[in-house]
Order: sequence, then C-alpha cells, then structure tokens
Amino acid sequence: MPENYEPKIVAFFCNWCTYLAADLAGTSRMKYAANTRVIRVMCSGRVDPQFVLEAFAKGADGVLIGGCHPGDCHYQEGNYKALRRYYLLKRTLREMGIEEERFRLEWISAAEGDRVRTVVNDMVQKLRALGPRKMNPAIEPELEEVAAS
Amino acid sequence: MSERNGIVRIGVYVCHCGTNIAAIVDCKAVAEYAGGLYHVTVSRDYKYLCSDPGQELIRQDIRDHKLNRIVVASCSPHLHEHTFRTAAEGAGLNAFYVHMVNIREHNSWVHENREAATKKAQDMVRAAVRRVVFHQSLEKVRVPVHPDVLVVGGGIAGIHAALTLANAGKKVYLVERQPTIGGHMAMFDKTFPTLDCAACILTPKMSSVKAHPNITLWAHSDVTKVEGYVGNYKVEVARRPRYINEDLCSGCLECIEACVYKEPKFIDEFNMGLGKRKPIYIPFPQAVPQMPLIDIDTCIQFKSGKCKKTCVQACGDRHAIDFSQKEEIRNIEVGTIIMATGFKAFDARRTPYYGYGTYPNVYTSLEVERLVNASGPTAGDVVLRDGRKPKTVGIIHCVGSRDEGTNRWCSRVCCMYSLKLAHLLKEHTDAEIFNFYIDIRTPGKGFEEFYQRLLSEGVHFIRGRVAEVTDWALDPTEENKLVLRVEDTLLGTVRRIPVDMVVLSVGIEPHEDAQDVRRLFNFGCGSEGFFLERHPKLAPVSTFTDGIFVAGCCQGPKDIPDTVAQAGAAAAEALALIDTGFVEQEPNTAYVIEDECSGCKTCVPMCPYSAVYFNADTKRAGIHQVLCKGCGTCVAACPSGSIKQHLFEDDQIFEEIEGVLTYA
Repeated sequence: MPENYEPKIVAFFCNWCTYLAADLAGTSRMKYAANTRVIRVMCSGRVDPQFVLEAFAKGADGVLIGGCHPGDCHYQEGNYKALRRYYLLKRTLREMGIEEERFRLEWISAAEGDRVRTVVNDMVQKLRALGPRKMNPAIEPELEEVAAS
Repeated sequence: MSERNGIVRIGVYVCHCGTNIAAIVDCKAVAEYAGGLYHVTVSRDYKYLCSDPGQELIRQDIRDHKLNRIVVASCSPHLHEHTFRTAAEGAGLNAFYVHMVNIREHNSWVHENREAATKKAQDMVRAAVRRVVFHQSLEKVRVPVHPDVLVVGGGIAGIHAALTLANAGKKVYLVERQPTIGGHMAMFDKTFPTLDCAACILTPKMSSVKAHPNITLWAHSDVTKVEGYVGNYKVEVARRPRYINEDLCSGCLECIEACVYKEPKFIDEFNMGLGKRKPIYIPFPQAVPQMPLIDIDTCIQFKSGKCKKTCVQACGDRHAIDFSQKEEIRNIEVGTIIMATGFKAFDARRTPYYGYGTYPNVYTSLEVERLVNASGPTAGDVVLRDGRKPKTVGIIHCVGSRDEGTNRWCSRVCCMYSLKLAHLLKEHTDAEIFNFYIDIRTPGKGFEEFYQRLLSEGVHFIRGRVAEVTDWALDPTEENKLVLRVEDTLLGTVRRIPVDMVVLSVGIEPHEDAQDVRRLFNFGCGSEGFFLERHPKLAPVSTFTDGIFVAGCCQGPKDIPDTVAQAGAAAAEALALIDTGFVEQEPNTAYVIEDECSGCKTCVPMCPYSAVYFNADTKRAGIHQVLCKGCGTCVAACPSGSIKQHLFEDDQIFEEIEGVLTYA
C-alpha cells in the first residue's frame, strides 16, 4: 500500500435527503474525512448501475449511494428501486473481486447531518484498511475493455 | 465532444465566501488549476460571488469573452443556484448552462486539512467543467397555480392563516381533526404575560372563520390522500360522521339537554377528564362549528339500538339527528397547503417518579388550565380531586423537556406558563407556591417583567430538578401531603417540600402520527418529529416540497405570538404563489429517444406517477412531460439507454464521474 494512501469515494446523493443532510453537516460544521466526491442526482433511483461500474472502472476505491429512508422518498418509491439494483449489483461486484465494503447504500434523511459524518468516516476507515482496490485477475481484461469503450 | 455543442467557452468562478471557504480551500489555487482545464476561457476567484459586483463580474465576462458555460464553485446549489442562473440570464445566457460546485457545505465547512480540501475542490471543479460541456439550453416549464388553499389544523395557527388568506379574497378549506376548531389555545385560561383571557381573544376569530364566506370549515375530518405538486394538489378529505346533519342543525343544543342521561357521565376530553359530558355533547360552549356530536362508544342507541331517543324528540321537526350518517369523502383541488397541525402535550406518565396517575393530586399544566378556568369543570374553583382546597402548590418545570431520558429540547413556553399558573393559583387560592426550575427562561416581550412581578408577589423559586414526588411522610408536617424531594442547587442541599398539589409543567411534543402526516403530504421531518422547514433562518415557513408551508408548533415549540406571526408568514408565502399565478418548474423531466426504444416496457412500472406509457401503435415508450416529476428512475432502468433526463443526462453524469476520478 502506498504511503499516505487516501481512498477516493464517489458518492451519489439524492437531492432531497442525503444531499441536504450533507448540507446540514456543513452548516453544523461537523468535521469528516475529505475523501468523498459528491455527485448530485434527483433520486437514488436515478443511479444507473453503469454509474457505479464506471466509477470503479475509472479508479474509485468506493462508491456510496445516499437516499431517503424507506417510505420517505420524495418520489414515493425511487429508493426501493435503488435498493433492488443495489442487491443485484453487489453480487456482480463481488464476482468481479470488489470487496463488499467498497459499495454501500445508506438511507440518510435531510435532518441527519451527523449520519453523513459517521457513514463517510466509517467507510473511509474501512477502505483504508482494505487498501487500494485490486481487480479480480480473471476478469481484468474484460473490465478494461468496458472502461475503454 | 465539443463539435456537438459548438465551441464551448467556460467561465469558472471560485467564491471565497469571505473566509467561509477561503480559510480552508485555497481558492486562488483552485481557480488557477481550473484555468488550465480544457475549454476553460476565464477562471477567477472572488470574495463574494453572490454579491451584486460578483454577479456583475460573471455577466461582464459572458459578454466580453463570449462565455457559453458557467461553473460557480461556492455554496450549496440549494442556496444560490437560482442567483447564478438569474445572473447568467441577465447576460443573455440560458440559465441551464450554469452549474454549481458545492465547496462550502460539502467542503470547507466539514474539512480541516487545507491540502485535502483544496484537492477535493479541484476534483469537483474539474468534474463540473467536464459536465457543463454537455449542458443544453432548456426552457423552464410554467404551471398555473390553483388559487384555493388548504389549511390543515384549526388551532390558532390554522385559524390565523385561514383568515388572512380569506380576507385577501382567497378561497380556503380549513380541515380540523377535532369536532371543533380552537386547538390548545381554546383550553387555556389566561395567556402570558399580559394575562388576557384566551377565550376572549380566540373565540371571535373562531366565529369569523365560521362566518367567512371564503372559508369552508370541515371539522371532525381528516385529510386522507394528497396527490399532485405545487400549484396543483388534489386532496381527499374524509368527513367523519357527527351523526348530526349540519345543514339542519340550528345549534340550539336542546338535544343535549334532552339526552336520556340526565347527568353528564362520561369523561370530557376537552376538560382533560376533569369534567363529565353526555354521549351527545358539544366540546365547549363556544365551540365552532356550534353543533353537537354523538359519541358512538357511549350512546345507548349505538350500543344497543334500544334508546328512547329523547334527543330526536327534542330536535323535533328539524330532523337534524341522523344515526345513519356515514363518512363522506370530499375531493378538492388546491394550489398551496399550510400545515398547522400543532403539538401534543408530553404524557406525564412517562416520568413515573413524579407520580402522575398514581397520586390524584398530581396534575398536568393543561389540567390546571381547565381547573382555573371559569368555564372549566369546577367553574374556576380550584379544588383538588379529593375535594380539598390546596394550601401549598409545587410547580415542577421542564417535565418532558431538557431531559436526556425523554425530550432533549426546551419547550419554550413552560417557564412562562408556569409563572402564569403560579399567579393564577395564588389569585384563586392564596396558596403558597413553589416553582422548581432548572433555569428561568424569559426571552420575550414583557416576559422578564412578568417574572419580576411574580417574584414580588411572593412566589417561591427553588433552583433544582425535582428527583421524585412521594406521599411518604417522614415527620408529622408531611402527613397527608405530597413530598417533593429536590436538590436546591443554590443552597447546595437536598430539601423535602411537602405540598397539597403538584403541577407538572409538561413540554411540547410532535403528534404521535406526525411522521405519517408528513409522509402523506410528502415533506420532511426532523429526527424528533417536528416538521422540517426549508431553511431555519431564511425559509422558516417553507418546506422542501414546493407549495407546502408550515406554521405553529408542528414545526417546533413556540408561544402564541410566534405562532400567529408564523401563520401570517405562511399565508403571505401562499399568497405570493397564488398572485404570481404560475410556478416555474425545473425542466429536469425524462424523455424517450424513440428511435432507440425497443419497446420492452421495463420503464412503465418504474414510474409512480404513471407518466411513462407504452404507445401500442408505435410500440415505443413515451413520457407525459406534465406528469413527470424528474426523479430519473426510469432513466436508470432503461436497458437500451433510450430514456434521457434533462439536466441529469447520462453523458453529464459519466463526465462527472470521470472528472472527479481523473488524477491530473
């Protein structure tokens, strides 16, 4: 592992809950690790599995999806769709040799600024312990092909 | 990529926000870095970009450098996206060529390491620069605003909001769960600190609600369904049966007099169980609507069907009593909604060490409000449940407030109403009164003066949290008394104070079903259950759902003046929407590229709004633009990538992903 290794996390936060929770964490001046790069989407249901694969293919150490709590989706049930995709994608990623800790879905409401801090810090800590992402050698060429296309 | 969108000329602006951003993020370095990125024509850092000169700087650059994309790295887009979009429009650039990077809430305010924070800002700016290349000119969608308003909750907040709107000529539907409007304020005796009588100032407003031609009042009713969006809500209201036909009832109340129960026998909810009522009853004399209702749990006709129905006889040829009345469903269309659902008083049984429910002479503050009230169960005579008149009274502050075990927040009103009750109890009984407090909080007009007045009236104040209330006498002075055991933190000693009556100053809590209610209306709640305002300072009555506003204690504990002020503000916000006549919506809708659609129908069940349809003729999917709310769930689901979403195009997001990850 290189010295001072800092994992990079691509975070997809929904506009109505988790993005606002991260705003609240800011307004409340809660300090957390600077490893996330937030990409705002209107709903966690907008997160196409391709976004996650692309992030891993382009070198992300972890991907975090943040959505509204079950039953609280601004669009009624987009978060359930996100959850279904999450479970399927998690299996695919496992077969690719991507450890479970690297892909996470969290329900964080607009009032839970503190939870953004805990989740990010926890994820960063776990990713640091894992070290840089290694590919499953069996499928690496295939993955590179995807990345190149 | 740039051929598709013409020659791309990007302006990048990095805001210092005074020192809010600049203290942690090296804004100059970020701007310099951005200046070296592909397509970037101008890159600057500036102290306050949201200021007039800051906006002018952007406008001038657009004109001078023919910029056609703008990236602003500053605060959350929820705060200033509108500002910078408007600025760009001022220079003739379509608003949707602007993209914001959040380097304040998501960066400088949450990080401490300058190097890491600057690196993160650079990554985010790089992503944005790559993203905006794919931005397109879009038109805002204008939707009309229905001029009618729904006010949910008929306490003082709902009443004030409804009257303000109705006086401005708007049609208002006021829906109240209880059989009468008035809310908690109707139960109060006097109001602090002026000691004017609550009923005297409230009941005229209640009557005006009923009499107002622009207000439709539905008491004893629930909102059961809410659909639609700002300007165009479709609401279903269930009107629970009162078993009284409101068109025929004249409000003479002779039926109550005539009930086969000669004496009131059942627990009277309005008087907190201290009084009794009949199965057919009116909650209190000035109730609005002025009309009785029948409680089917106690009415003999409903229980056995074998009542003499003396009420029906008394009603005579008015025929207003209708035992077969059913729930009625009303469907209305409104443009805006004001939530004024109020609060629940803390249940004192949750603090068993204070003996509420165990010792009959332990009362909650709301019960005492009824006890000292001239129209209350004892006609204002303060007598205990055992018939004695109290000679000593202990008032315990902060019951269910400022307490890790129950609720952590300060309920804001308890200090003042405890002082008021101390004054009233002293006036009614001349008893010796002890207040047990943590801190006395009197931040309000005339509040501190009222506290000083109480001090001079000889009311005792003991600083300390009461440990427990018991009836165990340790010496003869404590016989037949309730003993409060408390550490007097000013004397530094534990004291035992024997009293005849204990008053628990219970705090303000969200309703138990607050979460269900806000889910029904689809807006946010804080973790404690109070409705979440859009911004605690700058949008205190708005919610994150456009067109829905909050007023009163459903948003957080507050006193009557603040509640009324907030209700007025909510009404003003609704009026502003109605009088504009339309709202502009984000054009972030999804659309189908028909040529690429295979007609697999995967997208159709994704949409909760039935905006996605399958066209059987063309065998392609389509999306009704008016119905689409722009969540993008169908976009993510489309296997062929033939559904796209304005403002969140796949291309744009892929560029962002690559942008944040590229190590430059």
